[in-house]
Amino acid sequence: MEEKVIVCKDLTKQFGDFYAVDKISFDVSKGEIFGFLGANGAGKTTAMRILCGLSYPSSGEATVAGFSVRNQQESIKKNIGYMSQKFSLYENLSILENIEFFGGVYGVSRKDIRERSDKLIQDMGLQKEAKKMVGSLPLGWKQKLAFSVSIFHRPKIVFLDEPTGGVDPVTRRQFWDMIYDASASGITIFVTTHYMDEAEYCNRISVMVDGKMEALDSPANLKKRYATDSMDEVFYKLARGARRSGD
Amino acid sequence: MPATVSVQNLIKTYDKGKVLAVDKVSFDVKAGELFGLIGADGAGKSSIFRILTTVLLADSGTATLAGYDVVKDYREIRNRVGYMPGKFSLYQDLTIQENLEFFATVFGTTIEANMDLIRDIYDQIKPFSNRRAGKLSGGMKQKLALCCALIHKPEVLLLDEPTTGVDVVSRKEFWEMLKKLKAQGITIIVSTPYMDEAKRCERIALIQNGRIMSVDTPGNIIRAYPEKLYAAKSDNIYRLLKDFRSHPETDRSFAFGEYIHISLKNDPTVNRQLPTANCQLPTVNLQPSTVNRQLEFLNRIAAENNHTGIQIKEIEPGIEDSFILLMSRNDATTNLQKTTEK
Repeated sequence: MEEKVIVCKDLTKQFGDFYAVDKISFDVSKGEIFGFLGANGAGKTTAMRILCGLSYPSSGEATVAGFSVRNQQESIKKNIGYMSQKFSLYENLSILENIEFFGGVYGVSRKDIRERSDKLIQDMGLQKEAKKMVGSLPLGWKQKLAFSVSIFHRPKIVFLDEPTGGVDPVTRRQFWDMIYDASASGITIFVTTHYMDEAEYCNRISVMVDGKMEALDSPANLKKRYATDSMDEVFYKLARGARRSGD
Repeated sequence: MPATVSVQNLIKTYDKGKVLAVDKVSFDVKAGELFGLIGADGAGKSSIFRILTTVLLADSGTATLAGYDVVKDYREIRNRVGYMPGKFSLYQDLTIQENLEFFATVFGTTIEANMDLIRDIYDQIKPFSNRRAGKLSGGMKQKLALCCALIHKPEVLLLDEPTTGVDVVSRKEFWEMLKKLKAQGITIIVSTPYMDEAKRCERIALIQNGRIMSVDTPGNIIRAYPEKLYAAKSDNIYRLLKDFRSHPETDRSFAFGEYIHISLKNDPTVNRQLPTANCQLPTVNLQPSTVNRQLEFLNRIAAENNHTGIQIKEIEPGIEDSFILLMSRNDATTNLQKTTEK
């Protein structure tokens, strides 16, 4: 049987009489690339915060890497990686220092930090830049580096919140190469994006509308169901009925 | 008709000349045109906008708006240009109504006097006019910012990444609004990192690392694509991409949604000279036999690598294909210059 790394059952987050997340249920398998889509204000960020152990659900249950979002939040945090469009490395530390710092925070041993950072720097071709301040790197490199750091401690799942926003078309694709490699090594990818071509790179995608999960399937099946050949159109058909808007 | 916006050889550096943000940029925008600056973050788009709105001085080069110079005549320009920065810059503690009144007063006008121009957009946020701007959703903030930028009936509207981080539905709506504003005679320059939005502009400038790689209509840029382009997929798309990429005959191979796009090397009909920035790419008419030959070739590579569910077809390139091609040539010329400088 396929190992499930995220199991989500009737997960709900209520603010007063507002249901930001309204009884969503889904599973994500090990190594899967899972696209988490939805219009602005559909509830994606709220749901992601719960799954990352940063916020409690009002009702329902979810386990992430086998730990409950209700009472094992600290264990969840140790087993996931997180990266967003907002750059989160320290600009005034060098590449190596950033890696050492984040590796240390996640409890990676000194020996492993040394070995893995050597390999990482080699794989990314950053030998000459390793001791440069991260702030001086071009944006594309920063984003790729941020991703590498987010999976440095070999998490079971990595959450990527619009990782490629504003990045040039070539770098965007190199970034997806890294995602594929991570997935092939068994890391589960949970990713949000506004680029519909990137939705196609996912094994399955879900579309949230007004707090509910309105669709969940492979890109090919969704296109078949909505009788179109573009994901753009699928998204448009699903999200245009949304009553809520905004972040 | 004289250009409403004219930019000549603009150069802007930061950090005492260490960072070259805008590299000899030149372009003209005609009156009433919807012009797009297409490029990633850090390409230099915002610096150009800030120079045009007179809030930033260029190192060298000139720019004029409606005939006025951005340095000498900055006061004239500020009355004629509406600017929506990439970052939300209205007063978060003022309501929708108060923000609008504030900007109208600053420009010596009233909301009512300009209602014709903003009505369509204003009506959508009117039900919330007593809500503080800081409490608005992303979509509503965007609409309010656009109203404020239009409140003094500007001749030129400058929009810096108005749709970044906005979902597909809201992005569509926003472009509909721009179309209506254009119909009222306003010249619009808009920047975006989303390549699919390029086709909504009349003319576009593709910009990367501070340099303009091409300025033309989206149609002409696509027609200038010099090579045949193919789309391929199989049951294992990522392996297919790797297989094509590692094949010596492949020129470029990139993932594009459910397909990968491929162009081949060693095509005798293609002019392989590196064009300089701004230069038109040569157009090539391949004989159908060439296409068939190349299709056969691609199918063979896929089959040799034991792929199943293979589908390969010739396709029309899109703006993103052109952008990637120009980027690789731009990098090549940059590297070339660097080596000759040494």
